[in-house]
Amino acid sequence: MLKINNLHARVEDKEILKGINLTVNAGEVHAIMGPNGSGKSTLASVIAGKEEFEVTKGEVFLEGENLEDTAPEDRAHKGVFLSFQYPVEIPGVSVTNFMKTAINESRKAKGLEDMPAKDMLKLIREKSELLEIDRKFLSRSLNEGFSGGEKKRNEIFQMAMLEPKLAILDETDSGLDIDALRIVANGVNKLKSKDNAVIVITHYQRLLEYIVPDYVHVLHNGKIVKSGDKDLALELEEKGYDWLKQEAAV
Amino acid sequence: MDLKEKLVSSFLAFENGVDVDNPVHDIRSEAIKKFEAKGFPTKKEEAWKYTSLNTLQKIDFSIFPKKESNLEYRDVKKYFLHEIDTFKIVFVDGVYSSFLSETTHDGVDVCLMSSALNKPMYKQIIDVYFNKIASQEDSLTSLNTAFSKEGAYIYIPKNKIPKKPIEIIHFATGNEAALLLQPRNLIIAEENAEMQIIERHQSLTSNEVFTNSVTEIFAAKNAIVDYYKVQNDCTTASLIDNTYIDQKGGSAVNVHTFSFGGKLTRNNLNFYQNGEHVDSTMKGVTIIEGKQHVDHHTLVHHIEPNCESHQDYKGIYGENATGVFNGKIIVEKIAQKTNAFQQNNNILVSDKATINTKPQLEIFADDVKCSHGCTIGQLDEEALFYLQSRGIPKKEARALLMYAFANNVLESVRIPELKVRINKLIANKLEVRLGFDL
Repeated sequence: MLKINNLHARVEDKEILKGINLTVNAGEVHAIMGPNGSGKSTLASVIAGKEEFEVTKGEVFLEGENLEDTAPEDRAHKGVFLSFQYPVEIPGVSVTNFMKTAINESRKAKGLEDMPAKDMLKLIREKSELLEIDRKFLSRSLNEGFSGGEKKRNEIFQMAMLEPKLAILDETDSGLDIDALRIVANGVNKLKSKDNAVIVITHYQRLLEYIVPDYVHVLHNGKIVKSGDKDLALELEEKGYDWLKQEAAV
Repeated sequence: MDLKEKLVSSFLAFENGVDVDNPVHDIRSEAIKKFEAKGFPTKKEEAWKYTSLNTLQKIDFSIFPKKESNLEYRDVKKYFLHEIDTFKIVFVDGVYSSFLSETTHDGVDVCLMSSALNKPMYKQIIDVYFNKIASQEDSLTSLNTAFSKEGAYIYIPKNKIPKKPIEIIHFATGNEAALLLQPRNLIIAEENAEMQIIERHQSLTSNEVFTNSVTEIFAAKNAIVDYYKVQNDCTTASLIDNTYIDQKGGSAVNVHTFSFGGKLTRNNLNFYQNGEHVDSTMKGVTIIEGKQHVDHHTLVHHIEPNCESHQDYKGIYGENATGVFNGKIIVEKIAQKTNAFQQNNNILVSDKATINTKPQLEIFADDVKCSHGCTIGQLDEEALFYLQSRGIPKKEARALLMYAFANNVLESVRIPELKVRINKLIANKLEVRLGFDL
């Protein structure tokens, strides 16, 4: 699904990713953990194609295709989805209209007609029920005045609507209470299949109790310094990151 | 002969066509003297620093259209809010078109200024209201007053609400190579009366048109007036809109100005709060490109305590377009507990577009809440990336963000069909392919 080779990226003069290697196969869940400033969100943004970051070395492949010079919207059309850590507020555009626009743009890119209004409504109803989202919520302006929990739930709702091949959840657990966390995790689990893959970026082990990863990677100073199975997350929760930092320094 | 001389000398000819014994004519005569003394405003005046009338003054405008023009409704239907039933006061090249209009005297008066100025039954009202709130100092207002003869006259008595919204539309047919229009409107809402008005100026050819309009609005106690100005004209049409609003206690007047096109557009919007618990709202969306110029000058004069004013103007300027926003708020010493809010946000789409924005607050009372803010910026890159990451191409994402930026001003539009229309106009202007119906 996703293959990252020796990826280096910088913003302005600051090098943030310093040689990432990662392979994610269809059907897998990968967790990426690490201390603040280790490059987790940058990695997510680079995969999604944010232009602010400059890739200086290495490649990102999606299903064997090099994503170099691919615009964010084209990556989305190819099946990449990023759940934002801080979803942007867009006053004046409702959640429903936003989703209609996004879905029809994706269809257009694939040479398909707009989705019939009836099918769209059905899809919206189905997916909003999955995320336990109130209908009224869908007519509100995108993310405007949403609580932290509502924003994150709305991100996963969008993921459910767009059905990506590769979903990257960037700190989706931050700002969520336990009920919202359960709803969000439940949504992600229902969307999981043998044909798609999920990368969960998180600080804490908490979310991983609900979305159980096949692999856990620790990112430190722009590199993956340790990989393991889900037990690594537990170990990190217990010992913190300091021992890894020391190990990496050696 | 320059335009000023031409106008001053035309006044004699104008007098041949009106009743000079009418007391209104004394007002006109006084006004032409004022215009003659002051002339057109120049860039040396602070209020006209960024808007020049020089090129307009070089054009040889016809002051009295010679030919009569007829328009077929089907040819101009799209300029009306035809989705709903409305009263219509329509002028073609400055002349009233009874064929395109639908006026009424049934409980309310929706008719013509020429009737109001000439018929004895309106004399009392004209004596009380005509030229009473309009500036006596502003030279363009004086110019309009001097030639005041035709326009819309709307009188809504106490506790009355007209059955439907009122459209005031001025068409210019291009029968004249260059035409000067000076409509004069008088709008009165008595106690507890309510009304909705849509005003539009539309040139139908690329011949030059210059409109210098004056509108006086009087809102008595607890009256509500919603006024929508749709300015989406040709790039050879210029408009100076001078609107003066007098508000008594508890009244609410909301003016929305949609400036989507024109060669030069200047809006002088003036509110005078002559009562307590008055609410004055000004909203504006400006979207222009090419070499178009739009200038919003607003004034709110808080003269009584416990009043509110809200201003929210959004602007998007492309190519070589230029914009001006100057928002003046005066809070007199007696006007305690005033709540005055002013906001002007702008997006410059091109490197060559400019906006000059200035809040101008003169506050003499100490217990007031006044806030103002203006921003000039480009589109938010993070928001752009967010939309792109959902599969919306960059061009569409930019358009969608601009659309979102502008269209939240529309929330307060209270005629749903008009709201849809304006929404579509904004979408078309920004070339946004809305993946949804409005």
